[in-house]
Amino acid sequence: MTTKVITGNEAAATAAKLARVQVIAAYPITPQSPVVETLSAWVESGELPAEFVTVESEHSALTVCITASTVGARVFTATSANGLAYMNEQVWWAAGARLPIVMCIANRAMAAPWNVLNDQQDSMSERDAGWIQLYCRDNQEILDTTIQAYRIAERLNVPVMVCYDGFLLSHTVMPVDVPSAEEIDAFLPPRTAPLQLVDANDPRNIGPVTLADPRADADGVVRPGYMEFRALHHGALLEALDVIPEVDAEYGAAVGRSWGGLTWEYQLADADVALVAAGSLTTQLTLAVEALRAEGVKVGVLGIRAYRPFPAAELRARLAGKQLAVVFDKALSYGYEGPIAGDLKAALFTAENSPVVFGCVCGIGGRDVSPENLADAARRAIADLDSGLRDRTPDWINLRPEGGAR
Amino acid sequence: MHEIRWHGRGGQGAVTSSKILAEAAFRSGWSGVTAAPSFGAERRGAPITASTRMDREPIRILSQVTTPDVVVVLDDSLLAVANPAAGLKPGGVVIVNTVRPRAELAIPADVRVVTADVTGSALAAGVVVGGQPMVNTAILGSIAAATKLVTLESVEAAIADAFPPGPAAKNIEAARLAFQCTNA
Repeated sequence: MTTKVITGNEAAATAAKLARVQVIAAYPITPQSPVVETLSAWVESGELPAEFVTVESEHSALTVCITASTVGARVFTATSANGLAYMNEQVWWAAGARLPIVMCIANRAMAAPWNVLNDQQDSMSERDAGWIQLYCRDNQEILDTTIQAYRIAERLNVPVMVCYDGFLLSHTVMPVDVPSAEEIDAFLPPRTAPLQLVDANDPRNIGPVTLADPRADADGVVRPGYMEFRALHHGALLEALDVIPEVDAEYGAAVGRSWGGLTWEYQLADADVALVAAGSLTTQLTLAVEALRAEGVKVGVLGIRAYRPFPAAELRARLAGKQLAVVFDKALSYGYEGPIAGDLKAALFTAENSPVVFGCVCGIGGRDVSPENLADAARRAIADLDSGLRDRTPDWINLRPEGGAR
Repeated sequence: MHEIRWHGRGGQGAVTSSKILAEAAFRSGWSGVTAAPSFGAERRGAPITASTRMDREPIRILSQVTTPDVVVVLDDSLLAVANPAAGLKPGGVVIVNTVRPRAELAIPADVRVVTADVTGSALAAGVVVGGQPMVNTAILGSIAAATKLVTLESVEAAIADAFPPGPAAKNIEAARLAFQCTNA
């Protein structure tokens, strides 16, 4: 193991190399571009013996990954924002075809208005597509999670998005411990796929029309209908609630670092108030917690690592007995509220001893948000609770009055 | 924690050097380091900022640097368009690449300013790209001299890590010359 001072994008590329990916296809888009620029340089130099397929769009990038994964290759791609949106049709195809693709998302705001800066609207908007979504708090977690993602994906035949905040992590250097190739080879053996090659003597029709009900195939074997396939897919996502922590623990045994599985906490055990988020906000929230505890306010962080599958039972357990959960979303379901806030409220509905949940929206389109801003928002939420509020619309952190919005 | 804010123009290499400084800081024993560009629009010639942070524990703040301990100004034309002393912590220092005397610089009189002819160091070492001296690596020597936060040896090692051997040698020489000509 060596320590390197690298960006989140370089950490993602390094993970793909350590995973010995065989096919890479991607289209450049800020802030993801340095991931595939780094990988293409390594392919060109021979440092990474993989096929790098250049394409004319993100839709084609994921299509190349789908076809290569179908015939057994370990594949990698990465994108952001409108690139992910352009892929959308194939995002669903990759999941429904149950292909263990790993895709890094350098989280960026969706246009319009055009903006290349960070929020999490892009991947949050794909939450229902049937992919596993893991969010990273720093560059070390990006490297470790991207490697773990292959093991999770290949065990369940479900694709995984590894999401990390654009610029805040993608373009920020920090020290990252890079495991040795031997360590990762022991943790992540080559992929064993059911269909390694297309065989002229064993012709197959991949991806035929699947009707509503089960029916016999050409060999007389009864195959699932569309609804059975979807129920099996949902079952795989629910199984991921066990597999994600198992793989994280196995990685911990192999490499010496693990990240809490589905969720993690910081000074939460004796806290009355939980500050909940996903991604790099949680790193900053640990500083907000220290500032608030210095004032005698008992707060802690509840970090969400797996957003899909949503770890409802674990969140219920960690929040039992708390008075208040303040959720910080970097995305919004327009006309309702932040996606994590809404999902958490649903998870806690009817649970015993569950806290009031207040949402906040922050960091949209790169709006700066500091640990002090987060602590202030927590103070406002606590004041709202003390004033008797039990529900409220999202608190827009750092919304600037001179910008015309209230 | 020490926070450094870089003022440069698009194309001057401030972002690159903010990262090299982080690497040098890590090699100087700071276990927590980060460096990042400012998160805004960038275009060649336009004023930009970047930042480097260093601490004895992992850095957990990712928002923009607003109260720097050290401000680095890559050329004195930026003093007319940027306010380098903005948010400067008490006891902080502004390092300016200039040949002009301190009194002529548009920086409040109570601010500690360290000046050096970094452009001269870059030219003397032959760090010239497209006919223009590149001062971003040379000024790392001035930062080492003015702040003592990083050693010159760690700056040299970090530059060696960031460039191929030929260009690295020139950039290291430029940083050495700037280190020597910086009156801290």
